Parts: sequence; C-alpha cells; structure tokens
Amino acid sequence: MKLYEASIKELKELYKRGEASPGQVVDELLQRIDRLNPELNAFITVDRDKVYDQTRQAEGMLGKRDAPPLCGIPIAVKDIFTTSGMRTTCASKILEGFVPPYDATVIRKLKEAGAVIVGKTNMDEFAMGSSTETSYFGPTRNPWAFDAVPGGSSGGSASAVAADMAFGALGTDTGGSIRQPAALCGIAGLKPTYGRVSRYGMIAFASSLDQGGTMTRTVYDSALLLETIAGFDPLDSTSADMPVEPFTQMLAHPKGVRIGVPGEYFVEGMDKEVQASIEKARDTMKGLGARIVDISLPHTKYAVAVYYILASSEASSNLARYDGVKYGYRSASGADLIGMYMDTRAKGFGREVKRRIMLGTFALSAGYYSEFYGKAQRARRLIKQDFDDAFGQCDVILAPTSPTPAFRLGSRLDDPLQMYLSDIFTIPLNLAGLPGISIPCGFTKEGLPIGMQLIGRRFDEKTVLSVANMYEQATPWHERTPAI
Amino acid sequence: MKEKINIDVQRVAALARLEFTEDELKVFNAQFHAILEYISQIDELELDDVEPMSSPLPGPQRLRPDGLGDGRDARGLTKDAAVANAPESKKGFFVVPRVIE
Repeated sequence: MKLYEASIKELKELYKRGEASPGQVVDELLQRIDRLNPELNAFITVDRDKVYDQTRQAEGMLGKRDAPPLCGIPIAVKDIFTTSGMRTTCASKILEGFVPPYDATVIRKLKEAGAVIVGKTNMDEFAMGSSTETSYFGPTRNPWAFDAVPGGSSGGSASAVAADMAFGALGTDTGGSIRQPAALCGIAGLKPTYGRVSRYGMIAFASSLDQGGTMTRTVYDSALLLETIAGFDPLDSTSADMPVEPFTQMLAHPKGVRIGVPGEYFVEGMDKEVQASIEKARDTMKGLGARIVDISLPHTKYAVAVYYILASSEASSNLARYDGVKYGYRSASGADLIGMYMDTRAKGFGREVKRRIMLGTFALSAGYYSEFYGKAQRARRLIKQDFDDAFGQCDVILAPTSPTPAFRLGSRLDDPLQMYLSDIFTIPLNLAGLPGISIPCGFTKEGLPIGMQLIGRRFDEKTVLSVANMYEQATPWHERTPAI
Repeated sequence: MKEKINIDVQRVAALARLEFTEDELKVFNAQFHAILEYISQIDELELDDVEPMSSPLPGPQRLRPDGLGDGRDARGLTKDAAVANAPESKKGFFVVPRVIE
C-alpha cells in the first residue's frame, strides 16, 4: 500500500509504529498533487513553505506523550475558511488577493490538533452551486471520470480526498454541499447539526443554513475529525453550548436501531441504479439487525422552493459587504462611490452569485417580503415538523444523497433550476438543522460512485455515525479507489 | 403570487448594486421567471397558522462580550492589519471615490 492510500486511522498507526514519518508522507502527497492537480483542479492554493513548516513542527511533536491527536496528518480545507496569512478566495474574483489576518475557529482547532493544512480546495463561488463549475478558478473534475463533475459546492475537497491528495478535508454544507460531492466522489461526507461546529471565520453564504463538516475516506475518520472541530465557540452567536462526545469510541453496532425510509424520497425520475443501490443498502442493514420502518416526510417537495427563497435572501444580505472598499477586488472605473460599488460587483461576482443576489434582493424587497420570505419561513417550519414527527417512529432516516450519479461537465450550467434540483434530498436537513452523513453504497455500471444518506436527530451524530459504521464494516464500497 | 409577476429587473439590480448588459438581462430574465414559477408552488400550502422559523436553533441568539480579544481573532486587529487588505488606504483609513462635492 502506498502511504497516501491510508486512512487517517491507518496513518496514525503507521506513525505510532515508526513505519512512516510526516516528512515522508508530505513528500509523497505533494508529488501526487503535482501530478494530478493540473488536471483535477481540486486545489486553489498549495503553500509549500507553510506545509513544510507545519510538517517540521509535527515531526518535533510526534511520539511525545502529549502529541496532539492529528499530529502530522495532512488535511485539505475548503477555500471558504479564513487562514491567517494564506489567501482565501471563496473561489471568487471579488476576493482576489484577500489574505485574512486570522484563522477560522476550525482551522485553529486543526492546527492545535497537529494537522498539516495541505491546501485550500476549489469550490463553487461563495458555495453557490452543485458542481464546482462556478469557481472563478475553473471547474474541478471528478477523479472517477474526468469529464464528470465532482458535485459541489465542496467539490475540490471531495476530489482531493477521493484522489488521495489529502487524508481528509473540511467542507461546508448549506444545502448539501458536503454530502452531494461526497456521494458523487465515493467518500464519506458529514454535515453536523447546525450549531455543532463553529462558523467563525467561515465566509457566510446563508447564515441560518451554513454548517462546516468533514470529508473523509471512512466513517471512523469522520468521527475523528468531528471530535477535533466540534464544540462551543463564544465567537459564533449560533454556536451551541453542547459537550463534544468522544465519537470515535461510540461507533459500536447500534443494536435494534430503527431505520426510517421516507416514501417521498423515491420519486419519479430518480436514476434506476441509484434507487436499486439504496434499496439494496436497506436490505443489507435489515440483515445486520436494523428494523426498517416506512415513514412519511410529506412536505419534501416544497423544500427546494423554500430553500432558494431563504438561502438567496440571506446571501443577498451577507454579500452586501463586498463593495470594493475593505478587501478584495475594486474596479478602477465608476465615476462616483455608487458607480464604483456597482462596477466592482458587476465585474467581481460570477453569474450564479449575481442570480442569487438578485433573487434574494427581490424576495426581500418592499411589497414582496411577506409573499416570498415570510411564506418560506413558515413553510420551513412544516419541513422541520415532518422530521420531528418521523423521529417518533425511527432513530435514523435512510435516503439517497443525490437523485443521480455524477453528471457531465457543462450539462446543467445553462439550466439553473435543473442544477438546484440536484439537492432535493439534501436540502431538507439544512432547513431543519439536522445532522446527516453520505457514505458510498455502490457503483453504476459505468463505474461512478453512488451515495446514501443517513439523517439523525439534532445533536445525535453518534447514532448517525454508528449506523454508517455498521454499514461500512459490512460492505466493500469505501475500499474502492479511482485508477489514477 | 398566482398571477404572473412583472418584475422590474433593473430596479432590483439597482437595489442590489449590480449592473447587467442587455444580453445578460435577456438570459437572466427568462431564468428568473422559471425559478419564480417553480418557487410559487409553496402557494399550495396553508401557512396562515404556522409560526415563521428563522433559525434551526431554539431560543434567541447570544451576543458575545464586547471587548478586545487575545489577538487570535478579528477583535484584536491593529488599525494597520484592519486596512491591510483594502484596495486603497491611507494612514489607516479606507479610501473611496469622492462622495461630497
């Protein structure tokens, strides 16, 4: 086995036994990035000097009694997290040249845990997209098929982990942006409960929906990274004051677990191979002792509409800060202050971002507020209520992550609505604030990964992870890697 | 929402401090209407008696204590660090095009 193929858990073992060193691992990894990244475009920034600095620090700590838990483990982070002294772009021209003066809380926690930040990964501009094609830095490709998208918006993180260019990654999930790319790239992607992981230093898209999380090769690694980044943060007013459980020690077989399967998630037009894989996964888990319960989430079909009103409205407000004054790009033309604002924003934002700012501005404008934003906020409660009711009958919910496997680059770019519908199965969790994980559950005949989603009660990541681990241990899907 | 909404896209763009070319507007208008039509399906729901939900968190949001931090976050920034990313700054101030004649 090549070093870069190891899981985080395996790499920790190799370090412990003295069979590998962080320097050796980082050298192998950087060589691999040099070879693959020009084609995959998973990274926007790889700062070698910083990588080597952190690697040397890790080598100094490794083996000592108080060595931190991720000592010398190379982790990639989405370019939405601020990194002190390292440019952070959110894949937008408007943040060109922005070098944050401070670390996001999750970055600080990764560094304190001894991780090596291997690079900043590509994404849809401001996390608005489902394919990583709206990036100012060009699209990321899927390591399983170079002509297919990796999903999005955390497509760079998913591609990097699937292609063995990082041992794990951080992503963010506003409507599915961790889970959908994880599914399309054949890895595990965990979106924690809203409030579980600090949003401080995570560039805001839609503040009532955004949540940072993990992208890894195994469920154990997800639990390990979650332990590292979770926890109360006084700097985030939406951070929940909840104890961080030792998730890696809570993965034991969940005896007698009740798994709900929502009828509404098996819709017309769903890919046949995806449907067959999910049904097979359901049967596998039944065979492992789980009880399968039919449940109903009746307001599912409204989730995408509700989401696009709320997310766009919040985005139009959050993105008002990009005005060419405080940081980033400024247009040289524009006769006066307002003209400078308009020209800067017209040239600095890409098409999809402008579309959503426009939709949000419209939905919040005088005369339309109660008709759009008000109604969407009410409908949001009905969607949350659906889950509350369902969790009276089951402990976790099983659903597909994406209605289709990875689609071809360019195939949905001109049809925003079709792109939005990619997230139909992931959006409801963000609206309700629930935790969910996507893990691999099969492959299409063409060899593209298929993902399934496990959804839990608020702050019940432990059950989600233990059911996911039970399935992973019984199936071979997570062991497959793309032949590159 | 049922009747076709006549959106003044130029007005919305001005509110959002955005500008579009004629060609962009044409494409954009069509997509915008398709999205609004899709969104209008929430009109099927009976919502009058439902409380709006603004956040997944129960209860109100906390305010952090107002004060300088330990220098590890944005609260402890010096004036120079705060303007370091500005496209144009002078003596610790942000410089913008003239606003007063």
